[in-house]
Amino acid sequence: MSASNNINITLKVWRQKNAQSKGQLESYDLKNVSTDSSFLEMLDQLNEELINEGKSPVTFDHDCREGICGACSLYINGRPHGPGNRVTTCQLHMRSFKDGETIYVEPWRAAAFPVIKDLMTDRSSFDRIQHAGGYVSVNTSGNTQDANALPIEKENADKAFDAATCIGCGACVAACKNASASLFVAAKVSQYALLPQGQVEAKDRVLNMVKQAQKEGFGPCSNTGACEVECPKGISLENIARMNREYLAASLSK
Amino acid sequence: MSEAKGLIKSHTVKKYWMAATGLFLCIFLIGHLAGNLQLFMDGYEGRLQFNEYAVFMTTNPAVKLLSYLTYFSILFHAVDGLVITINNRKARPQGYAYSKPGENSIWSSRNMGILGTVILAYIIVHMQNFWYIYKFGTTPFMMSEDGSSPLLKDGTVVKGGSIENGDVVMAGENLGPAMRDLYEIVIQGFQEPLLVAFYVLGMIAIAFHLMHGFQSGFQSFGLKSGKYGKLIDKVGLAYAIIVPLLFAVIPVYLFMIK
Ligand code: HEM
Ligand code: SF4
Ligand code: FES
Repeated sequence: MSASNNINITLKVWRQKNAQSKGQLESYDLKNVSTDSSFLEMLDQLNEELINEGKSPVTFDHDCREGICGACSLYINGRPHGPGNRVTTCQLHMRSFKDGETIYVEPWRAAAFPVIKDLMTDRSSFDRIQHAGGYVSVNTSGNTQDANALPIEKENADKAFDAATCIGCGACVAACKNASASLFVAAKVSQYALLPQGQVEAKDRVLNMVKQAQKEGFGPCSNTGACEVECPKGISLENIARMNREYLAASLSK
Repeated sequence: MSEAKGLIKSHTVKKYWMAATGLFLCIFLIGHLAGNLQLFMDGYEGRLQFNEYAVFMTTNPAVKLLSYLTYFSILFHAVDGLVITINNRKARPQGYAYSKPGENSIWSSRNMGILGTVILAYIIVHMQNFWYIYKFGTTPFMMSEDGSSPLLKDGTVVKGGSIENGDVVMAGENLGPAMRDLYEIVIQGFQEPLLVAFYVLGMIAIAFHLMHGFQSGFQSFGLKSGKYGKLIDKVGLAYAIIVPLLFAVIPVYLFMIK
């Protein structure tokens, strides 16, 4: 085990009382932060100090703290989930920062992700996109079919699985200059488009999910590729290509 | 037709139009470049061939149709691009205090609207420089090699003819419009260093625009995938460097040698 070091950092954290208030960056000096702690543990440490001082702690989203739920977010030092690729904020460690470093911590910025408080945003727009078509209507009453009864090519099964690893964190939106949800929607469209079970509703699915994303206020896709680089699960731009193909075919034939 | 209305309003459909017009313009540029490269031909032969080409480009019905398609594409692309850029901005009303977009995307991809505006300014100046003057301005006329006789648009030299109001006249008879000397206008135009610099700038903007735009157009139609994806990236990069470079070399060359 490498020896743990302690570092001192300066944090510039976005503080905002509620959705209506304006909000601003606040500066905090934090001493003796273990380089072995995760970014969220570092924020816990900050909050303990704030509570001890009788101040209001920083609100931020978190749940699993093991990179699988998508709850943690945070735009850290100019990038979603901070420096490095394929990492969620809960899996980002303080050894990625230097002693004496100033670290900016901001919420996801998107019209469709309004700030609730401090660093916590309302991502229910993603849920509504899912409700618009991110499912297969399988009747499960009584006589469920064996899942392996339908043969599926390995290649498609793998691609569908890769798409299904999207954890709905919203880093793709946060990274995109247009706050576009294309990578998220494309992942959700692709995971079914590649499977036989998904065919029945395929056309409605892509049309409705894309429409809902626009209705929620997510922007158009400029194909910058920022989402793919920042996605903690490495969801590929190929999914966006697939979504664009599916959408074109569906709108021509529907 | 509420469905159709939704389709025109869709971000995705706007991007199909953007890609269709943009990629059509990429094909147009190849044809345009092939024409321009004739300016490298020296002497009377070169001058004659270029001016005959100019006649062909302004009179051939098929070329006319293509030119309307090109005008439409430029206009539609510019307007659609403006609407898209506005929508892009709307989706993030409040920006980040500290952001490092260079870590995840190339500059061109984030500045297509600005690059497009430079290109549009370039196109307007360019049309005024050559197309407008050729069509409506006072231009020099193409003469036979010994400088004595005018030419008709089909290239016939009219010995003993003269030019009146742009038409070739011989013995009181009007034989039709005279061939204009666009070659001369181009050569004269590029004696002005500022204009040469402006043209080079326009081509730099197109290069950066296409460094992202070429492959982006394919991605918008969902055509970038698997092994073709990498190939499209490579062809796009090659196109974005070679085509604007060849365009830009012409004014610089004409400025230096004449
Ligand atoms: C000969 C000139 C031009 C060519 C060959 C060209 C080509 C292209 C291509 C291939 C694309 C990619 C389409 C896509 O991503 O789906 C594109 C995008 C774009 N073009 Fe052009 N273009 C030209 C001129 C212009 C002009 C004059 C403007 C604006 C005034 C403009 C503005 C844009 C914008 C804003 C985009 C990006 C849209 C986005 O994805 O956010 N372009 N162009
Ligand atoms: S596509 Fe990637 S970045 Fe976007 S929500 Fe899914 S996991 Fe997060
Ligand atoms: S807290 Fe679940 S992914 Fe980070």
